[in-house]
Amino acid sequence: MKHVLWILAVLLSHWRRHPMQLTTLVVGLISATALWSGVQALNQQARNSYDRAAAIFGGTRIPMLVGQQDPTFPQHLFVDLRRAGWPVSPVLEGRIRIHGKTLRLLGIEPVTFPTDAGSIPAIGKSDLRQFIAAPGETLVAPETLAELTGTEGAALQTDDGALLPPLKVQTQLAPGVMIVDVGLAQRILHLPDLLSRLLIGKARGKQTPLETIVGDKLRYVAPDAETDLERLTDSFHLNLSAFGLLSFLVGLFIVNSAIGLAFEQRMPMLRTLRACGVSSRTLNGVLLIELLALALGAGLIGLVCGYLIAAALLPDVAASLHGLYGAQIPGELVLKPEWWAAGLAMTVAGTLAAATTSLLRVIRLPVLAMAQPYAWRQAQRRWLAWQGICAVAMLVAAVTVLTIGDSLISGFAVLAALLLGAALALPVLLGFVLHAGEQSTRRPLAMWFWADSRQQLPGLSLALMALLLALAVNVGVGTMVESFSKTFATWLDGRLAADIYVNARDDAQARNIETKLRTRPEVTAILPGGRAEIEIGGWPVEILGLADHATYRDRWPLLESKTNAWDEVKSGHGALVSEQLARKLKLKIGDQLNVSTPGGNWSVEIAAIYADYGNPKGQIAVNIDAFRSRFPDLPRTRLGLRVTPNKIGPLIDDLRKAFHLDERHLSDQSTLKAESTRIFNRTFAVTAALNTFTLGVAGIALLTSLLTLSNSRLPQLAPLWALGLTRRQLAGIELLKTMSIAFITALFALPLGLLVAWCLIAVVNVRAFGWRLPFHIFPLHLLELLGVAMLASLLAMLVPVFRLMRMPPAALIKVFADER
Amino acid sequence: MSARAKISRRAFATGFALLGFDRRLSLAQGFAGLGNDASGFAAVTSGRRFTFPADHGPHPDYRIEWWYLTANLNDADGKAYGVQWTLFRQAMQPGPQLEGWANQQIWMGHAAVTRADTHRTSETFGRGGVGQAGAEADPFRAWIDSWEMRGLDRMSAINVAPLQINASDVDFSYALRLDTDRPLVLQGDGGYSRKSERGQASYYYSQPYFKVDGTITIDDKPVRASGQAWMDREWSSQPLASDQIGWDWFSLHLGTGEKMMLFRLRQTQGKPYFAGNWIGLDGQSVALPPAAIDMTPMAMTEVADRKLPTSWRIVIPDRGVRIETVPLNPQSWMGTSFSYWEGPVRFTGTHRGVGYLEMTGY
Repeated sequence: MKHVLWILAVLLSHWRRHPMQLTTLVVGLISATALWSGVQALNQQARNSYDRAAAIFGGTRIPMLVGQQDPTFPQHLFVDLRRAGWPVSPVLEGRIRIHGKTLRLLGIEPVTFPTDAGSIPAIGKSDLRQFIAAPGETLVAPETLAELTGTEGAALQTDDGALLPPLKVQTQLAPGVMIVDVGLAQRILHLPDLLSRLLIGKARGKQTPLETIVGDKLRYVAPDAETDLERLTDSFHLNLSAFGLLSFLVGLFIVNSAIGLAFEQRMPMLRTLRACGVSSRTLNGVLLIELLALALGAGLIGLVCGYLIAAALLPDVAASLHGLYGAQIPGELVLKPEWWAAGLAMTVAGTLAAATTSLLRVIRLPVLAMAQPYAWRQAQRRWLAWQGICAVAMLVAAVTVLTIGDSLISGFAVLAALLLGAALALPVLLGFVLHAGEQSTRRPLAMWFWADSRQQLPGLSLALMALLLALAVNVGVGTMVESFSKTFATWLDGRLAADIYVNARDDAQARNIETKLRTRPEVTAILPGGRAEIEIGGWPVEILGLADHATYRDRWPLLESKTNAWDEVKSGHGALVSEQLARKLKLKIGDQLNVSTPGGNWSVEIAAIYADYGNPKGQIAVNIDAFRSRFPDLPRTRLGLRVTPNKIGPLIDDLRKAFHLDERHLSDQSTLKAESTRIFNRTFAVTAALNTFTLGVAGIALLTSLLTLSNSRLPQLAPLWALGLTRRQLAGIELLKTMSIAFITALFALPLGLLVAWCLIAVVNVRAFGWRLPFHIFPLHLLELLGVAMLASLLAMLVPVFRLMRMPPAALIKVFADER
Repeated sequence: MSARAKISRRAFATGFALLGFDRRLSLAQGFAGLGNDASGFAAVTSGRRFTFPADHGPHPDYRIEWWYLTANLNDADGKAYGVQWTLFRQAMQPGPQLEGWANQQIWMGHAAVTRADTHRTSETFGRGGVGQAGAEADPFRAWIDSWEMRGLDRMSAINVAPLQINASDVDFSYALRLDTDRPLVLQGDGGYSRKSERGQASYYYSQPYFKVDGTITIDDKPVRASGQAWMDREWSSQPLASDQIGWDWFSLHLGTGEKMMLFRLRQTQGKPYFAGNWIGLDGQSVALPPAAIDMTPMAMTEVADRKLPTSWRIVIPDRGVRIETVPLNPQSWMGTSFSYWEGPVRFTGTHRGVGYLEMTGY
């Protein structure tokens, strides 16, 4: 044991002499772990809340029975089914308003609630009797309690006067949900003896077929492995994960270069140890222990950083998920032990992967071999050819996956193959450029400049690859975000064409409002609207009823259309479909689409396809009269108003006062636009933040590579100094050299970045969300990034260059004395 | 029977907290909490007059109540079977019965089938007031989900016969017909059954004379079987004292045609409390003096991580009884939310016969 400790002490002494190298390694490990685990923490947080939501909404994770047509059905069906041996449990769901806030009220029956229904966080640790017996309990999430400014034990009243049982906090609950006993829910929602659904528990014995018990009143809904929320938000989380993985890989690049260098420099030490009688096995074991200790230590710091990153991003992520998908994510980060364990495991595995080649070389180390401190660079040069082949293979793979795959995963695979291929090709390409430069000159110093740059390349290549990846992703994501915001503004103008949107409480109120508005001269148009939700091919689809009016004809954001599209819509035979729906169902202009409506099957012809960015559901727009004849029972409460621009505010105030409409029933275009823009900005704020992080990590990679290189470059520089160049000149040449390599890399990154942007817009986005943005190039943004890259390189060069400028001549002379 | 009392107390007293939560925790809490508080519910006093069929129905003024049937059967090959069917009722709150979901009753059903090589159990829960579970006196029926104990046409109120019972789960089911021409018998002192020296008691009557036949299905293999069955009806508000930790209870069909009910309540303080009734050939039920009952555990069996006395020696010198009981299946563990041991036994000695043993609180 003591033996091992001594060897460890000897090995560790290397780090004492090279603190910068140790810092590099640790920074690499930390950056690898931090962003990856941060993103995982966010994903985990979101998934937990989806689970909570699923448990509450009766989730789709367990089979259930729902009414054939109506949202509710008589309670006796529950009893009939139980008496026939069906292990069902009743649920009643509805919405209530408290202090003007809308909440979901869920009535459950805890005695029969299926235990395998997962986590009814149910009554948790509270007493079942407390929940059922009068006065009962209202279970709420802590967030809901805070929002309602209630206290535990207080009994709230709904805005229509129903009294809720005393509040009780249940931490596992989703925010915005209140749970009471099913009997109380029936009273509060004024739905006596009615239920919304029956959850089906574990079967007890043979069951009589459903139809013989309840006829056709109920229908079976099979369980779904994923909740709707999960499906909808999958793409969002995949985006996050992809960023996390990218940064993990960049971090590993750093780790790999640091470990490679450290092993190389320690070769003489290892050889001496072996010569002193340390067995190869012991030596490798100790090296492994050293590596694992470093990985665990740095991984732990990385996890803490990851936690901080996640905590910083959570508000934006939560806001995006809420805005885009209506998912409620609690604002406080809760991490499970698994997260820590998984993060550390990932770091350790990554470290080992990054160190594999170095460790293998130590295993094969011949005891009496000459120490060749820089032999690895030569070896790497031989690798260049291989690397070139791999790069080509990767790029071919990217093109192949692009043509054959059509899933989101394959979209990301294309991106990954493209980036990796480009990164692998970089040293090869740089080698060509530098070689060409060398050929182009005959002046000795210039020739040396090019040759030495080439010589330096292997040592820098990993850092340059990291820089390339980070820059390319930055360009790609930046272009996508800019394209989006540019498109989004015009698109919103088209979609939110009316100036004021009114949703009256009932038909009578809608008629009153309309009558009143006809007397107002500033109202230039009253556009009745309709909205219904249906399913097409198992996908939720909204149907909009639009009035035939110039407002829509001129502005609706059509992507492609027949020439007389609006006339066809007006006739009731034609429909506009959203891009998402068209892609999902592979619909083309002129195709027929069957829509099931209460008035029977309705076949419409697709007259145009329009952009509907950010909507997770499909959408169809039809003429309002045709809509009303097909959905005759829907309330006719929606109105869009065109108003003289400067009269909007006063009109809204008048309507609000006259008809007691709140913000849910009355909204103006500018507020809606601001809200939508805010949601999207927050979504992309997350992306932008992750982007900055990856660029930062790449900068660190460059800095650390340069720092480690600067020490080892003295043997190359000393002869030049001896030939008469001053240290200042040498420093200048070094700076120029590195900057030019970085510049070439950055130049290379720009087209790659545009390719990445194209991939994101035309492949990933389409597969993730179902819509495709127009592709714009933003030259200013590209220039800016080029500047940032050069600045990062300059900053990274500062320390080594200043060190060189101030290097005591003795240090340079020493190089000759030490020369072997 | 306090055995049942114990179960039901657990089931209903602590048990409510259990559905869907940490079962072990709620069991560990044992008797804590509402079991000790019977205030607001009707008290059990001696000298009550029983009326039938009214008393076959529920007594919601009392906290707990059960309909309990155990049967010893044999198939055509002589292979022995045991069947258990139980419906428990527990009131969450005292007071007039409320309609619908507001109803204060919670019901629990247990069913089991025992064979020498297997023991199958099932349980289910339901709320009162909506029809999922309940009991009615006339026409008599007690039910939860699809499990039912029902009086057939022309049921005799005093005989509680003929009856039909059924229960099922995935891996077993049974449907049995019960009949007898003998009247039910009152346990304890005219139906007043003491559970301790400190006044705890329950109302308790039995129908030990059932002849039973029907079909028992295990793993989809139906078997016709017949034999004898014993029904217990009991209700109370606070049947056990707080220091009583468990219960060993026997219902025995003696080969001579006599019947015997015995129980032993284990107490943390002092000796166990013994009680029992001797039901003679004439149907007269006579309470046995506690000092006249000698129940001694003989062999222990390890079941579900605990040791239980599954074989007993029973000596009642006054009645010339000296028998030893052995279980049909020592692993007759009811691994339900409120777990206990309940299974068929047979005995030899001065008398031969079959019966049921129930042990709780181990």
